[in-house]
Amino acid sequence: MRDGTSTTHGAAVALTALEKRYDSVAAVAGVSLDIRSGEFLTLLGPSGSGKTTTLMMIAGFEMPTAGDIAIDGQSVVGLPPYKRNIGMVFQNYALFPHLTVTDNIGFPLKQRGVSRAERSKLVGEALDLVHLPGYGNRYPRQLSGGQQQRVALARAIVFQPRLLLMDEPLGALDKQLRENLQLEMRRLHADLGITFIYVTHDQEEALTMSDRIAVMNEGKVAQVGRPEELYDRPASRFVAGFIGESNFLPAVVRDVDGETVVADCQGAVVRGLCRKPPDSGQSIVLSTRPERMRFADEERSDSASNRLRVTVSEAVFAGERCRYLLRTADGTSIVLKEPSSATVRRRSVGEQAEVAWPVADTILV
Amino acid sequence: MTVARLLPRTISKAVVGLILLFLGFPIVVVVVVSFSSATYLTFPPPAFGLRWYEAYFGSADWLRPTWLSLAVASAVVALSTVLGTLAALGLGRLPKPLRVVAAALVLSPLIVPVIVVAIGIYYAFSRYGLVGSPLGLVLAHTCLAVPFVVTSVSASLAGIDPRLQQAALSLGATPRNTFLQVTLPLIRPGVIVGALFAFISSFDELVVALFLSGSGAVTLPRRMWDDLRFQIDPTIAAVSTLTIVLTASLLAVAHLLRRRAQGNLGKASVT
Repeated sequence: MRDGTSTTHGAAVALTALEKRYDSVAAVAGVSLDIRSGEFLTLLGPSGSGKTTTLMMIAGFEMPTAGDIAIDGQSVVGLPPYKRNIGMVFQNYALFPHLTVTDNIGFPLKQRGVSRAERSKLVGEALDLVHLPGYGNRYPRQLSGGQQQRVALARAIVFQPRLLLMDEPLGALDKQLRENLQLEMRRLHADLGITFIYVTHDQEEALTMSDRIAVMNEGKVAQVGRPEELYDRPASRFVAGFIGESNFLPAVVRDVDGETVVADCQGAVVRGLCRKPPDSGQSIVLSTRPERMRFADEERSDSASNRLRVTVSEAVFAGERCRYLLRTADGTSIVLKEPSSATVRRRSVGEQAEVAWPVADTILV
Repeated sequence: MTVARLLPRTISKAVVGLILLFLGFPIVVVVVVSFSSATYLTFPPPAFGLRWYEAYFGSADWLRPTWLSLAVASAVVALSTVLGTLAALGLGRLPKPLRVVAAALVLSPLIVPVIVVAIGIYYAFSRYGLVGSPLGLVLAHTCLAVPFVVTSVSASLAGIDPRLQQAALSLGATPRNTFLQVTLPLIRPGVIVGALFAFISSFDELVVALFLSGSGAVTLPRRMWDDLRFQIDPTIAAVSTLTIVLTASLLAVAHLLRRRAQGNLGKASVT
């Protein structure tokens, strides 16, 4: 808030073997995660994956059953939420309906004993920051959803917390507004330099906004990494399927050569990358992205590509690209996305074809 | 709904009119008689005048019970509003099965026939010298008034997004400040409506008063009751009219508050 001269830096958050059980059901089943100072980290997962429960434990609204939460090396598990000094933005904004915008944003300052004059100055700055100058005297119900969320954001950062938690803050907004606010949150994150922990089930939102994403499933972290890492090298079938679209090809291991696995797949030899080498003869699944595949009837085969014979079973023109549904000899479905071009021949349903894709884009999941 | 559709409009209007007449006629009679100039109760009155209002305002026998009723009702409002609001907040925090049992206990004075409650209270209070004392009336009426406050405040609480309290806590408000600055302002209409009903329930209460008033703490309804039994003059009609006006105004305030509260919540949840 002290434009440019800010000395605040983001908090580092360490979750260690964090668990939350309700009776015998584990909502969070052992989450360990190191969130760096100033990082934009997204907890991404389907509903019931434990992402919101994890966030609520960091905020202090849920008590962990086991494990530890440390902020800058200090455990906060015993600390009530109002002593944690963490900003929080809720999905439904949670603005106080009986207070004006000014009083809503001034609320955290009032709790901290900030003088009236100082309060009105800081509130004004916060309103400028979220592009709502002059809205101070309105009540929340007189604002649109997007404006309410901006006020909620201003309220959560006006007291200069070093950590901001956001629980699906854009979930209730329409697509265009959501994209606008995504950009604005990135900008705020860059300006403020504080740590953001963001919860969403929207993988596109996670990919475009985050420094790193922790994909959660069934109460555990399935994979943590930068967006392109998760997209290009998914560690499991769940991650490959949850982030973006993936083709899954069943295969049997023939040989392992360092990080490369050589496998039999539908009568062809297919290579892929693996983290842990599988055993010879083991049944595996290889995953690849639809837009990394291409039709390759006329190409000569090379060792950097995998090839497979398919039949076109569906062809959809979608403007910038064509989307094909293909079937292999044993009936496995494959999706292929091809950038549309007037010089490329469009395939028709029933046609035989050969597809190729780079070994580097083939991942054992 | 279906009945209304089956009947022609004129007939359904007539039926509604008759029902309203049936409900309203006694009140009309009482109000008209209170302005009578006759020395005894007759309807329609031969002429109009304010003599029975003068009689009421000139008589200590009427004014003393009125002041006592107002004082008792005010004390009941103070006690039952605090107790009822706290009870509603506590009930809201209990786990489900326990909450149902506790709510039933708190609301039981509404369910048990008043005469039964009155007899029980009479026996219990007579041991402690609380019969014939205003304090006894205040305590007994508070028992009966608390359910009104609990129901009204609980309804208000149910309409509040629990995340507002979480938001307040996350912004650094202590639980005490969260209650004072967020929860209480939001349930205020419910608290006020509960308080109004508590006032009316005590101000109008007769059955318990019959048992507990004795000769030392005669409330207005008790005085009216005695008046009807031993002598009948139109003063009672004047008193009744004043009571009706007071109660109706309080109900109107309660209604307005409720509508305004609903309007606020409705608008907030749409966006």
